[in-house]
Amino acid sequence: MAVRTQFESSNEVGVFTKLTNSYCLVAIGGAQNFYSVFESDLSDAIPVVHSSIGGSRIIGRLTAGNRHGLLVPYATTDQELQHFRNSLPDSVKIQRVEERLSALGNVIACNDYVALVHPDLDRETEEIISDVLKVEVFRHAIADNVLVGSYCALSNQGGLVHSKAKIEDQDELSSLLQVPLVAGTVNRGSDVIGGGLIVNDWIAFCGLDTTSTEISVIESVFRLTEGHQPSNIATKMRDSLIDSLA
Amino acid sequence: MDPIGGNVAPAPAVGKILCFSCGTPIEPNATNMCIACLRSKVDITEDIAKQNTLNMCKSCHRYAVPPGQWVTCAPESKELLSICLKRVKGLAQVRLVDANFVWTEPHSRRIKVKLTVQKEVIQGAVLQQTFVIEYVVHTQMCDNCHRAEAKDFWRSVVQLRQKAEHKKTFYYLEQLILKHKAHLRTVNIKQLPAGVDFFFANRSDARKFLDFLLSVVPCRYQTSEQLLSHDPNNNVYNYKYTFSVEIVPICKDDIVCLPRETARSLGNFSELAICTRVTSVVQFIDPKTAQVAEMSGNLYWREPFRSICTQKHLSEFTVMDVDTVNEMDMRGSTGRLSEKHVVADVWVVKSSDLGKSDNQQYHTRSHLGHLLNPGDTVLGFDLGNANVNEEHFEDFEKRQSKKGRMPDVILVKKVYADKSTRKRARQWRLRRLAKENGSVTDGSTAGGDYEDFLEDLEEDVNIRQGVNIYKDPNAMPVDQDDQDEAYPKITLQEMLEGLNLQEEEMAPVGPSDADEPEEEMATEGSGIA
Repeated sequence: MAVRTQFESSNEVGVFTKLTNSYCLVAIGGAQNFYSVFESDLSDAIPVVHSSIGGSRIIGRLTAGNRHGLLVPYATTDQELQHFRNSLPDSVKIQRVEERLSALGNVIACNDYVALVHPDLDRETEEIISDVLKVEVFRHAIADNVLVGSYCALSNQGGLVHSKAKIEDQDELSSLLQVPLVAGTVNRGSDVIGGGLIVNDWIAFCGLDTTSTEISVIESVFRLTEGHQPSNIATKMRDSLIDSLA
Repeated sequence: MDPIGGNVAPAPAVGKILCFSCGTPIEPNATNMCIACLRSKVDITEDIAKQNTLNMCKSCHRYAVPPGQWVTCAPESKELLSICLKRVKGLAQVRLVDANFVWTEPHSRRIKVKLTVQKEVIQGAVLQQTFVIEYVVHTQMCDNCHRAEAKDFWRSVVQLRQKAEHKKTFYYLEQLILKHKAHLRTVNIKQLPAGVDFFFANRSDARKFLDFLLSVVPCRYQTSEQLLSHDPNNNVYNYKYTFSVEIVPICKDDIVCLPRETARSLGNFSELAICTRVTSVVQFIDPKTAQVAEMSGNLYWREPFRSICTQKHLSEFTVMDVDTVNEMDMRGSTGRLSEKHVVADVWVVKSSDLGKSDNQQYHTRSHLGHLLNPGDTVLGFDLGNANVNEEHFEDFEKRQSKKGRMPDVILVKKVYADKSTRKRARQWRLRRLAKENGSVTDGSTAGGDYEDFLEDLEEDVNIRQGVNIYKDPNAMPVDQDDQDEAYPKITLQEMLEGLNLQEEEMAPVGPSDADEPEEEMATEGSGIA
């Protein structure tokens, strides 16, 4: 399922939110409607945390995280850090990173198993990433853009990359990440995938401008419709159906 | 509309993405949109007016180029295209790649121009689009046609006048104007009884012509202007300018009596003198001593005088005897003496009295001694029997008759052959200015004056210098007998080869001339046959 939403009339929902399989961070100060969208879809499964990073609302671009952990930049205040520790599940490790490239969301793209990072990222940061997030780290660029976090969106099911990524690059990345990748756009042709889209294993949120074509690309590559497809009913659910009917 | 380039040149390695709008697989471009969707979304020509107007003058078929210019251009010419493109508003925002005409029926008063423009749209994608602009041709009369239609096509007039009986000076001036092409900017030339009016479209042309006149003939002028219209808001005043030019009313071969002061200032010149030439100055000769003097227009206007006798008042005399005066015998004269003239004592009788028993023989002293022989005919002024009304002459006569030094006869010029004989033998002709006859002029007088002028040209080399003389292809071959007759002729070397190309503006108005030499002829120099 992919949901269209808007943060204060901005389509770049990926800037103001961070979504993983175990938690969701939402910037403070937005309309209640924006939070309601997330809470209605997520609060059953994972906590939706209102927060800021160093007083800034662009938490989606400043943080990187997955099911195992959350990396926040050095600018994060102790109070905010404490708020995260209180709100997030205990299994999530929270680590403050002293990194020159402080917009961690822009320079790190990760799912629960692998991470793509900016080629210029510090060694220590790379180690922290692999330790805290428990991922394999690859330094790579996407379509000649080093800001991998901005130009791709990853989940454990698949990934959406910059529309101009070459086929061989896509193949290489896909073999590194062990997930299928597709080049595409969000928000009516925008290449900034990370800015316009947040995704985990069962749901995606994208900007209000995203067209149905883009939604269908997103849903198919992240396998968000798996449970509802007729083929699934015919194959996977078949046995249980027969069992119950019998 | 074709997208041209983007940030990244499309290479075969780039995978296809789906157009975000319609889902068609496309190669990624700057907008990530397929061409069809892009076309429906963006119209780079929306700021450009597709309908426009052109103004064309109905009578001269020129197109208006704002502000205030009118240009002749052929249909589908590049000049017309540039006018059309200038009219398009909003063309500055796009890059014009191509423009050409789409054929339209000329009578439809529609002009269609097909333009191809490029413009950068979202995120560096350049779009190219072709479209047609239709121009409606409106008729609007241009200023010149409007003025011509309102019979108001001149702004400035030079009124050239000479209060003289003989038109010699005008004929001479006409030749000078033709030679110097001073008349090229005239709108119209109108012949009037006392002179000629030259009309000009603007003031500066008239002013230039006036300066030319001032440099070639002794004259003075007055300026006046008439307010036609004015716009007090814009401080625009519309005038018609008139330059009234008056030429010194003295002609060649006039006898004058100079004011005493003037005569003294000319180097103790004789008061009674004959005008020998009118060029930029008036030249006089004293018949008694062959002393010469020149008078500028300025000097004349300081103390004007009239001639006491013009060529028409001269009567014919026959020379009985000529006795050249020895230079020693001449009374001492301070002025410059003419080297071309010889002073002689001449005894003449009136040609009309010739053969009568009581014919009176007059003695006079004349500057024509080098030309006269006993038996010759000469034109002279019978001063003794004349009734002259001129204040300076009356004064002069009073002083002179006391001393008994008034001459009875003043001989002015020698008569060569009969006028018609000379006309028949003439192998050359002149160009004439095309003039509009403003009022009735008696052709006979004008014709006679013109003949006199032609004879003057034949007799005086100096006058010929300012005149282009052309060979007359229609002239009769000259008989050998006629050649013997002694009268001055213009040699073939002085004649220009006349071309017979007809030029509208130069249409002949002279009585004899059928076709006129072309304008360019004058610059060709003295090409001889």
